[in-house]
Amino acid sequence: MKWFGEGPTRTDAIRGVSLDAHFGEMLYIVGPSGSGKTTLLSILSGILRPSSGTVVVQGQEIWRLDEDALAEFRLHTLGFVFQDYHLFPRLTTAENVAIPLILRRRPWAEALHTALRFLEIVGLESRAELPPIKLSGGEQQRVAIARAIVAEPDILILDEPTASLDGETGRRIVEFIRTQILSAARCIVVVTHDARIAEFADRTITMEDGRITQVVESAARAQ
Amino acid sequence: MASLLTLAFKLLINDRAKFAALILGLTFSVFLMVQMISMFSGILLRASSTVLNTGASLWVMDPAVTTVANSIPMPDYVLDAVRSLDGVRYAVPFYSGGALVKLRDGTYQSVNVIGLDDTSLVGRPPLLEGRIEDLYADNAFVVVRDAEYDKLERPTVGTTFEINDHRSVVVGLAAAPVSGLFGIPTLYTTYRRAIEYIPSTRFTLSYILVEPKSVDRLPQIQAEVARLGYRALTADEFVHQITLFYMFRTGVGTNLLIMTAISFLVGLSISGQTFYTFILENLERFGAPKAIGAKARDLIEVILFQALLTSLTGYGLGVGLCAVLIALAKVRLPDYSSTITYANLLLAFVMVLVIAGISSYVGIRKVIRLEPFDIFRG
Repeated sequence: MKWFGEGPTRTDAIRGVSLDAHFGEMLYIVGPSGSGKTTLLSILSGILRPSSGTVVVQGQEIWRLDEDALAEFRLHTLGFVFQDYHLFPRLTTAENVAIPLILRRRPWAEALHTALRFLEIVGLESRAELPPIKLSGGEQQRVAIARAIVAEPDILILDEPTASLDGETGRRIVEFIRTQILSAARCIVVVTHDARIAEFADRTITMEDGRITQVVESAARAQ
Repeated sequence: MASLLTLAFKLLINDRAKFAALILGLTFSVFLMVQMISMFSGILLRASSTVLNTGASLWVMDPAVTTVANSIPMPDYVLDAVRSLDGVRYAVPFYSGGALVKLRDGTYQSVNVIGLDDTSLVGRPPLLEGRIEDLYADNAFVVVRDAEYDKLERPTVGTTFEINDHRSVVVGLAAAPVSGLFGIPTLYTTYRRAIEYIPSTRFTLSYILVEPKSVDRLPQIQAEVARLGYRALTADEFVHQITLFYMFRTGVGTNLLIMTAISFLVGLSISGQTFYTFILENLERFGAPKAIGAKARDLIEVILFQALLTSLTGYGLGVGLCAVLIALAKVRLPDYSSTITYANLLLAFVMVLVIAGISSYVGIRKVIRLEPFDIFRG
């Protein structure tokens, strides 16, 4: 559970949510604005502490960890794609992608070399020396994806990955993630309210008013 | 750590406008601080020029003396009393006073006349031309070839002029490690000639220069001189006293201190404000690394490095600019008294570190409080 404020001003953002996610699965969390999707995502990611309850990742209760250990957990286990990408405009594309590796104290040259490899995976190796401002929305999204996977995390978290993209581009991005990034050793959690990409989910959890109202196993899982 | 600092470096210098503003502001601030302090150091150095140029170990003076330029004459018996003290190898009289030189064109020039002990000439300057023994000749004077030398119309050995209506002959030109403060030429002669040429009070003894038998006898000598009712200071103590006088008992020190403080505040506000703006503009982007897994100390490292880099760069440029301008000023004005000392550099360095510390604290506080959850909220 998660609430904000106390007494008469208390707002329950998450009410009695219980869910699990598995490696090899692309899990969608959908719902209208204010349903608690982002709050849930933040709790699962070790960013927002729940008011009650636990989060267990690979057998570890993450909310028993201190701040530094939580940061380590996120750095080594999770990869993030933010809704607004949050790329540094003063760094090149390759340098932006290399940030997770730099935070892991990898040498600069090695981090850049690895970043270039992942830019190749997302088809942007020719854009490596450009700043993000010179890229299209779809290209920036792919840079953000490259940054999220460069450290080869076990869990990938995507927050509204298609919000700033047109329908076709958004669809292609998510299809790319589904086919190129998802693996038996990786779990992908997507928060979205974009119906156009629903077909790529293995399981879709619908939230409303801080509660899970529906869980649907989708056809993609069978493939 | 090196890669994180490389990231910090790129984040900083790639924002060219902010980086330039930071560097310019800090350079200007350091330049002002060093210039103010150097000017004051130059003044203090010049104020102690007589002490430094003479090179005596111990100076005996009236206890009311505050600076070497403002001597209070002592009776002759004090010289005999000091000579009789146990531990004194020798003690000689020393005269310092003002006089007027009549130049060839009939105008007058104020000068400072130093009268050296007739027997030993202790405190004599190194000569560039002539022989020091020639001071024993009639009407003999040695002119110091310093920044004020031109004011005597560049005399050479053999030049004659009038000093206080007495005929005088230049027998030598001397070097002076430190020029005087008041912008007037300095002449050396014997003690007896000085008190003969220059009107004075009943007592004529400006100072007594003392050489102890050994350095560890100095405190004892000082104590015994104090019992005589006078004061004995080592050269360092005398210079320190002169420094304190100019710092705290004239307007010079206070005004320069105020200017230095203003320069510091200018640097602090430019650096602090620009740095804060830089952090604010990148704040949400700092949230992304935090969410990804950057620890608080990683971000502190980044910001501290950026603050230190800009501060030290500004420090180097500011000191360099100040040094170049002082050198250029001295080409145009040889008696321009600014001296960059190690103490000046250290003081400016400490102030720059304070600027870096406060600027980075302002930014660090903002970044540490940043909630990664906020970037999910958009």
